[in-house]
Amino acid sequence: MATVDKPQSATADAGARDYKVIGTRPIRHDGVDKVTGRARYGADIALTGMLHGAVLRSPHAHAKILSIDTSAAKKLPGVRAVVTHADLPDVASKVADLGEGMFDLRDLSRNVLAHDKVLYRGHAVAAVAADNVHIADEALRLIEVKYEVLTPVMDVVEAMQDGAPILHDDLRTEGFVSSDDAADKPTNIAKVFLHEKGNLEQGFAEADLVIEREIRTATVHQGYIEPHNATVHWNADGQITCWISTQGSFVVREQLAGLLQVPVSRVRVIPMEIGGGFGGKIPVYMAPAAAIMSKMTGRPVKMIMDRAAVLEATGPTPGSCVRVKLGVKSDGTIVAGDAWIAFEAGAFPGSPVPAGCMCVFACYDVPNGRVQGFDVVLNRPATKAYRAPGATQVAMATETVIDEICEQLKLDPLEFRLKNGAREGTRRVDGPVFARIGMLETVKAIRDSEHWQSTLDGKWRGRGVASGYWFNAGLKSAVTASVNADGRVSMLEGSTDIGGSRASISMMLAETLGIGAEDITPAVVDTDSIGYTDVTGGSRVTYATGWAAYEAGLDIQRQMCERAASIWDCDSKDVTFAAGTISGPEGKSFSFKELAQKVQSSGDPVIGRGVSDHNEPGGAFATHCVDVEVDPETGKVTILRYTAAQDVGTAIHPAYVEGQIQGGTVQGIGWAINEEYFYDKEGRMRNASLLDYRMPTCYDLPMIDALIVEVPNPGHPYGVRGVGEVPIVPPPAALANAIHAATGIRMTSLPMSPPKVLHELLKARAASGNGK
Amino acid sequence: MRDFDYAAPESVQQAVQLLSQANGSGRPLAGGTDLIDQVRMRRHEPDLIVDIKRIPELNVLEIGADGFRLGAAVPCWKITSNEDISRQYTALGDSCSIIGGVQIQNRASVGGNLCNSGPAADSIPSLIALEAVCVIMGPDGQREVPVAEFCTGPSTNVLKPGELLVELRFPPRPAHSGSHYRRFIPRNEMDIAVVGVGVSVVLDESGENFVSGRISLGAVAAKPLFAEEASSLLAGRPVNDETLAAAAAAARAIATPIDDMRGTVEFRQHVTGVLTERVLQRAIERARSGEPGSLHP
Repeated sequence: MATVDKPQSATADAGARDYKVIGTRPIRHDGVDKVTGRARYGADIALTGMLHGAVLRSPHAHAKILSIDTSAAKKLPGVRAVVTHADLPDVASKVADLGEGMFDLRDLSRNVLAHDKVLYRGHAVAAVAADNVHIADEALRLIEVKYEVLTPVMDVVEAMQDGAPILHDDLRTEGFVSSDDAADKPTNIAKVFLHEKGNLEQGFAEADLVIEREIRTATVHQGYIEPHNATVHWNADGQITCWISTQGSFVVREQLAGLLQVPVSRVRVIPMEIGGGFGGKIPVYMAPAAAIMSKMTGRPVKMIMDRAAVLEATGPTPGSCVRVKLGVKSDGTIVAGDAWIAFEAGAFPGSPVPAGCMCVFACYDVPNGRVQGFDVVLNRPATKAYRAPGATQVAMATETVIDEICEQLKLDPLEFRLKNGAREGTRRVDGPVFARIGMLETVKAIRDSEHWQSTLDGKWRGRGVASGYWFNAGLKSAVTASVNADGRVSMLEGSTDIGGSRASISMMLAETLGIGAEDITPAVVDTDSIGYTDVTGGSRVTYATGWAAYEAGLDIQRQMCERAASIWDCDSKDVTFAAGTISGPEGKSFSFKELAQKVQSSGDPVIGRGVSDHNEPGGAFATHCVDVEVDPETGKVTILRYTAAQDVGTAIHPAYVEGQIQGGTVQGIGWAINEEYFYDKEGRMRNASLLDYRMPTCYDLPMIDALIVEVPNPGHPYGVRGVGEVPIVPPPAALANAIHAATGIRMTSLPMSPPKVLHELLKARAASGNGK
Repeated sequence: MRDFDYAAPESVQQAVQLLSQANGSGRPLAGGTDLIDQVRMRRHEPDLIVDIKRIPELNVLEIGADGFRLGAAVPCWKITSNEDISRQYTALGDSCSIIGGVQIQNRASVGGNLCNSGPAADSIPSLIALEAVCVIMGPDGQREVPVAEFCTGPSTNVLKPGELLVELRFPPRPAHSGSHYRRFIPRNEMDIAVVGVGVSVVLDESGENFVSGRISLGAVAAKPLFAEEASSLLAGRPVNDETLAAAAAAARAIATPIDDMRGTVEFRQHVTGVLTERVLQRAIERARSGEPGSLHP
């Protein structure tokens, strides 16, 4: 990409840029289809001869499967196929990267259909394909499974103890294991992580104040409204086609090829529109069983998950136990930090505890630090990515400890962050050194905000702040773009559009070509129609697919210059492309549109090609400020005002940037206040519906004010940083700090639901006689 | 969902006959907002569904000097949009305005809410506070049961196979009376009551003394409760903090809640007292002003 100067300004001054399209708010290209209901989702698929599938799920949290008898189900009229794990090919243990989290292929196979054990309530045991969904449901009741029920282990700390029920007899702890523990014994601790920096002991010795707290967070679900779905047709020629709601058509292709043991090119994945994913729509659940049943019957098989299964059996984000200890000088300078982080991986290893370890102190310059992380299996569904995976849990710990430090030292929490906040050159405890980042700018944005400057009056009211960090991802993307005779450009991409990326990617191509966003026609296409593209995850699409679109634009620029040279009969070196105008010698020039009209009559079609595989996504920081009122007699928290400041690099489409900040914040608020997996003693989830799994509704939220801070990412041609994930990170801590300000109590466990807050209020009242 | 037969009779007699013949495997359908979901979730697997919405007696909605008659199939929206009910039987209006959203209120009936007999049902504490009586028709004829005695446990009630709830009858409202229903929910919408309190009070002419009062509790026991002792502590007492606190303490004392995903025992007991006081205050305001005002203070 060396032929054209990066059009980005190196300064944080937005006025220094001169973009025509970037920073505007055009109507999204897919808007009309979405608002009129014409957009096609997985549930809309209807194919000739299509069968309907259903899944039998484990009623137990932990049990051995002694036998499965499907004979009665197979005899029910209208039933065409029944599968169990025995019908899946054997796959060897092999770790695959799904873009946002690693996963072992054998574990994935055993999650799709349980092998010899069920490891959580809702674990898939068998599947049926029938003429309609009612027959399929009836058939499930005819499948007889004999279980030997085992004691489940549901708590991360309990699962780590000697003598805890063991999920996998062959699991041994990997990673940083002390020699005492090296014994070859079954365990639920899959992996131990360790990062060290400086001299921890000496650091704490220098501290004037040391505070250590243990924070517990609950398992929470992404809560996408569209349930999982998959329709698969295994054609007689061996070609497999899969229509699916997914964040990544290519990773679905990889998973299906691996699980079905066929080459990747035999699988074509057609991504449908997606009704939310937030990290949870990367793994496959029903598609492999649908594929096998399609192979058995020669007919397409469609499967749609119900809400209870979405909650019980797809991957939420881990609950956690996090201990953070921070040492500071009396002036507030951080001298040492120690973190112990245990995450519930769920039924199989692979929680985002590595990311949690890297994020726990990332907002601050911690000169002496240690971070230990534990990936722990237990009888809950296999956890999966959820918006900044692992960062929210650890931020709840660090940011509430910092609040307590500021309270004790009587320091302004924003001044504390300005003093200690990470900046260019700060080395994280896990090693990397930050390039130009915007942590301090987000703190200043809050400090200067009307919200922070305002006074909050009234009893039982309080204000809290917290910051958060997320890496963002780069990874691989591909874009092709062809120039049409009317001067418009058709753009193909492989990134499924969750947050308005058709618009933002089109805008970057339009900016590069000097044409309007409305002159681009974007299409998200299937795996046979575009080059390999990683998942829509890690806040990477606007960064990486945007970069690929920019490259495709440069490719078109080059071809258009050559074409003009051929028309003008001059050397293409004498032709330049700037702001949508192609200029040649002797004052000759074409507008992009004029030259496009001549393309067809003057030579080959003009097709731009762009790929990207860059890994300088520019970390994202956010600082949030919230005002709450707490009902002292019910513990209910009402959010009065919320302001979220975030460094977004460059806001390509500011409305969608605001939408991401607001959406992430709202999910963080839900995590903070009411969301949790509520299990009984037998390991059954008692709230597997959206009635009792309480995500916030619009009645529970104020308008979220988004403050866009733009510190362009030096690692991107348009300065883009991912924006989607970091806004979920600060809310729980910000709310905990606000609740403390309002009531004097420090909540150390999520969710901060009315019964828990009231419990603390009553306890404090009993201790002091008045509660405040 | 399993196949079932469907009938839509046009008289009470036909409905009772169909339900009797179904031998316990028939279910009446009014709005269907509970039933359809329960059939889908296999909590019920009826062979026959009897749609009762075409029966005139079950669509009665009459308010006059003798009181108020409410057919068992009348949907909530007809109650919330009726000014006379809002003014006189305000607690019932409160209940009907928070059962589900607009679409649910367009279908769901108070009769269905009662027959579903959920411990946390939002209409039942109001019915108990307002002294509603069930008119029940069965193969052996008609009988009347006070709502306070209708529910027997979670999802169970006094209806025998073949019996149908026809209507609810409410006595006329005295002068200087006011009523209110409020629930505690963790969110502000789309939730089931963690504690629900329905209250009706009658004040004397001065507005400073209780003539009588009825307090009913939801979601804090296996069935909605009539808080008899708490209610009796209001009669003849002055309207002041002390009286309210005494009634709240007595209401709280009969709460026997469970720990579940909606709340803890500690929480439900404490909030029973808190809500009882708050709901009484609102009912007193209404009794004094004669105006229903808004649902929330």
